[in-house]
Amino acid sequence: MSSQIPLLEARNIGKSFLGIAALDGVDFTLERGEIHALLGENGAGKSTLIKILTGVYRRDRGSIQLEGTEILPETVADAQALGIGTVYQEVNLLENLTVAENLYLGRQPRRFGLLDRKAMTAGARALLARYGLDIDVNALLSSYSVAIRQIVAIARAVDLSGKVLILDEPTASLDGQEVEMLFQVLRQLKAEGLGIVIITHFLAQVYAVADRATVLRNGRLVGTRALSGLPRMELISMMLGRELLEIESEHASDRASAGAAGEAPIRFENYGRRGSIAPFDLSIQPGEVVGIAGLLGSGRTETAFLMFGIDRPDSGEAKIDGRAVALNSPQAAIANGFGFCPEERKTDGIIGEFSVAQNIALALQARDGWARPISAKAQRALAQEFIRSLDIRPPDPDRPIKFLSGGNQQKAILARWLVTGPRLLILDEPTRGIDIGAHAEILKMIEKLCADGMALVVISSELEELTAVAHRVIVLSDRAHVAELKGAEVTADNIMRAIAAPATTEAA
Amino acid sequence: MKNARNLPFLATLIVFLIAYALCTLQFPNMLSTRVVANLLSDNAFLGIAAVGMTFVILSGGIDLSVGSVIAFTSVFVAVLVGSFDLHPMTAFTLSLVLSTLFGAGMGLMIRYLAIPPFVVTLAGMFLARGAAYLVSTQSVPITHPFFETIQTVSVRLPGGGRLTAMAMLMLLVFAIGALVASRTRFGANVYALGGNEQSAALMGVPVGRTIIGIYALSGFLSGLSGIAYTIYTSSGYSLATVGIELDAIAAVVIGGTLLTGGTGLVAGTLVGILIQGLIQTYIVFDGTLSSWWTKIVIGILLFAFIALQRAIIWYSNRRLADGAARGELRGAA
Repeated sequence: MSSQIPLLEARNIGKSFLGIAALDGVDFTLERGEIHALLGENGAGKSTLIKILTGVYRRDRGSIQLEGTEILPETVADAQALGIGTVYQEVNLLENLTVAENLYLGRQPRRFGLLDRKAMTAGARALLARYGLDIDVNALLSSYSVAIRQIVAIARAVDLSGKVLILDEPTASLDGQEVEMLFQVLRQLKAEGLGIVIITHFLAQVYAVADRATVLRNGRLVGTRALSGLPRMELISMMLGRELLEIESEHASDRASAGAAGEAPIRFENYGRRGSIAPFDLSIQPGEVVGIAGLLGSGRTETAFLMFGIDRPDSGEAKIDGRAVALNSPQAAIANGFGFCPEERKTDGIIGEFSVAQNIALALQARDGWARPISAKAQRALAQEFIRSLDIRPPDPDRPIKFLSGGNQQKAILARWLVTGPRLLILDEPTRGIDIGAHAEILKMIEKLCADGMALVVISSELEELTAVAHRVIVLSDRAHVAELKGAEVTADNIMRAIAAPATTEAA
Repeated sequence: MKNARNLPFLATLIVFLIAYALCTLQFPNMLSTRVVANLLSDNAFLGIAAVGMTFVILSGGIDLSVGSVIAFTSVFVAVLVGSFDLHPMTAFTLSLVLSTLFGAGMGLMIRYLAIPPFVVTLAGMFLARGAAYLVSTQSVPITHPFFETIQTVSVRLPGGGRLTAMAMLMLLVFAIGALVASRTRFGANVYALGGNEQSAALMGVPVGRTIIGIYALSGFLSGLSGIAYTIYTSSGYSLATVGIELDAIAAVVIGGTLLTGGTGLVAGTLVGILIQGLIQTYIVFDGTLSSWWTKIVIGILLFAFIALQRAIIWYSNRRLADGAARGELRGAA
């Protein structure tokens, strides 16, 4: 076979779930001895593509060729046998087994029908020695750091497969030194001729280790580029889907005036949590919308979790009306008048089996305590009121909420918090998975709430959304607040520039 | 092996040795092969069932049907031998086939209907108990020369103890169980399942086959335990061994196996059985204590061992977290 044929070539891959396209006509080519970064925001289709390549899902359309031969892996084991190995973000090894047992699970060497533990130990040692790892292979995996577990996982995958190695967010929980150790291993494997696909949201790491990058957005291919010479800005604009130099004209200038003077009633001072988000200062005025921008994994959701008391801070304090308050639990946050619509609506937001009315009454009930139940009649009256004012469809308070569309579910969750009359509402990706019409309605609602004097924090990966509603935008990068844009500065262009800027220039 | 996962086992072993030493200080007669042999014989049927339970718990499951299956087997064997004049060996074979199929069936439901083991084996518990009543509600005595022969088979130990056939059978089951757990792919798969079923599946463990195998094994050993119980009591009784599965679970947990699965040793279960037997023996020697003290002491031990296991997990997690925090500082410096 000539070396002209790429190691792995996927053409026109399509995959739909329940009629919604997750991948649409995506091409992807991997060469031998290449490290190829696969980039995109949440929902771009990265993991769907990976799962198709590794036999977790079956493609609806398109072809995949490995060394020029058409393949159709149907299980993970299938893909492994063909030569495609995967290491997932949550290291998919077993902590309760030893290193050697992990390396050889399912394919242990046997003697006289029994496991040959001596051969396993020797084999594991030899295998890890290739990666410069000299550890006790008969110790439990759980006694080693995540970096070493990661390398053990890679060693297993390469030993099993040996042609293509796919790494899904391998560096998410590693420190700088460990990342370098991992990259050393990847470069060695690359030199040995393996094709490596790496998914990561750390752009600096992409530039440090990868040769080419393929960017997906909304299930479509944006492009594949060689990384040397590719400006960071251009890569980010590919990921976020904005052309550069586009002037943000729709941005109303009157926003600059909002929340200007006076001591803000809600203040977070030097608020942070190690390993989650670096300490930040944030003050919010009533009637102000603060946007939070940043790439996936930059600390957006972590900021929200901290503000709403889901995670506890380990530095700084929160002040409300000048008084220090401990936001150590969501209950405490709710008691202080906060509300939070989480990003994962289906798992963290709605209770699918409950009716619309029950879902709406939930936060109010939680605030009042279970000793004072809200009667079914009162719940329905409440629901009816918000179904009318927010135009929730179908207008049936008794329908289980799981049968509503995404947009209507989101409205119901908004209603849940509005019932409690919050002073601060945190919205994490309020328009994710919502159709265009509902999208506009939600944005309109945000503006109305703001005009009524509520303070809002809106987290979004859609820059148009932020520039449309936010008075101020905080930009996050590498788990730190790196920039704050105000009034007329709030443009998609400026946000992207702030994301692209090396964190050191603006970070405290 | 110097792994942290063997710590609970070592703790159990030390507790047993200390307890035994204390007992012999008070009653020097307890230090004899006679006492040890009786202890093994009296708990043989429980030990055999506990080996099966060890595999089930190692995989992260539970089997509540054990006591009922033992009772069913004993009645079934007694009726086959007594009323149908079958040779005991034929009756044994039939009941083993039946109990193994019963276990495999429960495994099938756990796997393919995705019903929690607790629920499936609870249903199995009622089903087997009901089936036992169906066979006979009376205690059925067995008089067969084969039984008398087996009951007289024993190995004389120095010091006057007699290791009965049932005690030897239990030790053999423990030996085979330990070998299967540590030296076969099936054993490795059981530990893998107990660690994390999803990861195990991604690493190529045949999850369905392993789960069905585990419950079939537990069913088989429950049947074998039922046979041992029938020989031990020379009768079959459908009301017997109620709740014996809980004693088996206690032995497994006291023996150092985590109830959450993935960690433990078959040998630990033997020590767990020995501790239970030791308490019973002590009570017999004392003569004034009520036999309920066995339950009380086992309850206290269970609490203590579960607390110990939590402490070990907590400690090793904290050590890991400390290591990670140090790594973070190093990275930042």
